Amino acid sequence: MSLIAVRNVEKIYRMDGVEVHALRGISLAVEPGEFVAIMGPSGSGKSTCMNILGCLDRPTTGTYLLDGTDVTTLGDEALARMRNRRLGFVFQSYNLLPRTPAIENVELPLVYAGTPDRRARARAALDSVGLGPRARHLPTQLSGGEQQRVAIARALVNSPAIILADEPTGNLDSSTAGEIMDLLDRLSQQGITIVLVTHEADIAARARRHVQFRDGRIVSDEPVRARTVAPQGPVQP
Amino acid sequence: MTLGASFRIALRAMAANPLRSLLTALGVIIGVGAVIAMVAIGQGARRAVTEQVQALGSNLLTVFAGQVQLGRIARGDPVQTLNMEDVEEIRKAVPGVTGISAEYSRQAQVVFRAENVITQISGVTPEFQEVRNFRPARGEFFTEAEMRSRAKVAIVGKTVADRFFPDTDPIGQRIRIRGITFTVIGVMEEKGATSFTDRDDVVFVPLTTAQRRLFGVTHVRTIHVQVATSEEMPAAQEALTELLRTRHRLAPHQENDFTVRSQADILQTFTSVSQTMTVLLGGIAAVSLIVGGIGIMNIMLVSVTERTREIGIRMAVGARRRDILLQFLVESVALSVGGGMIGIGVGVLGSQAITRFAGWSTLLSLQAVLLAFTFAVAVGVFFGLYPAQRAARLDPIVALRHE
Repeated sequence: MSLIAVRNVEKIYRMDGVEVHALRGISLAVEPGEFVAIMGPSGSGKSTCMNILGCLDRPTTGTYLLDGTDVTTLGDEALARMRNRRLGFVFQSYNLLPRTPAIENVELPLVYAGTPDRRARARAALDSVGLGPRARHLPTQLSGGEQQRVAIARALVNSPAIILADEPTGNLDSSTAGEIMDLLDRLSQQGITIVLVTHEADIAARARRHVQFRDGRIVSDEPVRARTVAPQGPVQP
Repeated sequence: MTLGASFRIALRAMAANPLRSLLTALGVIIGVGAVIAMVAIGQGARRAVTEQVQALGSNLLTVFAGQVQLGRIARGDPVQTLNMEDVEEIRKAVPGVTGISAEYSRQAQVVFRAENVITQISGVTPEFQEVRNFRPARGEFFTEAEMRSRAKVAIVGKTVADRFFPDTDPIGQRIRIRGITFTVIGVMEEKGATSFTDRDDVVFVPLTTAQRRLFGVTHVRTIHVQVATSEEMPAAQEALTELLRTRHRLAPHQENDFTVRSQADILQTFTSVSQTMTVLLGGIAAVSLIVGGIGIMNIMLVSVTERTREIGIRMAVGARRRDILLQFLVESVALSVGGGMIGIGVGVLGSQAITRFAGWSTLLSLQAVLLAFTFAVAVGVFFGLYPAQRAARLDPIVALRHE
């Protein structure tokens, strides 16, 4: 069974009485452990697709099975639970809470899950992205790369099935971007499913499958055959 | 999410902007403080009146000449319906009477050497001491004989004594009342000031002296009748009223030309007045509490707008709508509770300051404190609900994109 099974999904926004077809019937299946890059020009529907995959939005028509559950029929509360338990988000602009130490940002999903032993689990997640020593730092005291690591730790902390990363390297210089991608690579090796949106070819090259969007449709969906880099464990700089 | 976690988030949000939090809570601080202080003033006045009425003596009926009503007590001396014959008849005919004292009082000028003061001259009978439970602390009261002979003797109240004789022994001194020389034979014990009158600012003289020598009248203003037990009070009041109506030859359709009041009546009148005052003051203060609530709502709406992105982040990582609702509701309640607690301090200190500097008697009641505090919390919930609902209803995608 596919982890993500999207079938004939359309999304129509109404803006000032004008209908905008953001998605014009897409179907997509992602198996557990896959590392998928979604690409396409702006306005091609990839962000809308990510919002739907991330249970932040519902399709106008079509079905979306996440791990066998039809999330299109779920209410707000069940969707929030889905996001909390099954999904982890990594955003281009990090989206950490201001004035809140790194460790507490990482704890946030656990707070809403009602998990006990939050501090220890958050620390373990921070350690796994190499930021254990910076746990008490505020986001403003961290570099862009470090903030994105905190965001990844937050995405990881609830052991989600899928990490959805929307242009995670868009605000970073190329060497820092490389480090973040190494981290995602490592997570993929550990079996976490990753769906990544990017428009940079070298970032997309890290994925093992490319999905190309154009005008609200998937125009190509193919595996990456020749992998130039096959990292094993943490990559040495 | 637990309430504790919501509370920590709320505290952090408040601490991030301490001045704004304080100013927001200020409305509630002032509101709660005002309610507590105003109710304390009202209750204090009530207690003062109660004490004053009880200090009159026990089981006392008071007969005033004319129709006396609060708020329109006639000035001057227009009513001359009571006299000493009425007093003697009441003593003889009304059952249960154990003591009776008649009084004729008027303001007049009193002179001692170069000092001169306007004070109340009370012409009373010797029985006054027992009936009103008010005796000389030094020297002595005048006797029946002095009463009959219209003696020119005076017993001064504490305030008058302090004014005229700060260093000298008052007993034996000569004072002039309306140009007539009196000998001071005693100083009354201290009764203390109330919120309305200073009961020690008075000079007592024999009733006959006051009537004939000082003011040239034959009637009395007030008759105090002491009844043996409180059970006999209603019967005594009825008999007394009947007696006076008969003596004054009042036809059945005519109103009384006198007024009989028991302590309970007087107490009730003053109590209802101070009750009204308390409710009024408390009501005005409560309005400021509501204004404080509007202030909280205003700032919470601003806060929700400012923190739209934060709300989006929280929703993305799994906050349910009710988690967001609770978070902002807890924050507004924390503001009002914090304000309420500071307000209690302000109210208590304010009441003490009023007593100290304005000299008004105040009475703090736990009831008023709890009421004000509960009202503050209710204001926090009521005015926090709308902003919190706005936050909870945000679309996560829109919220995440918010700059």
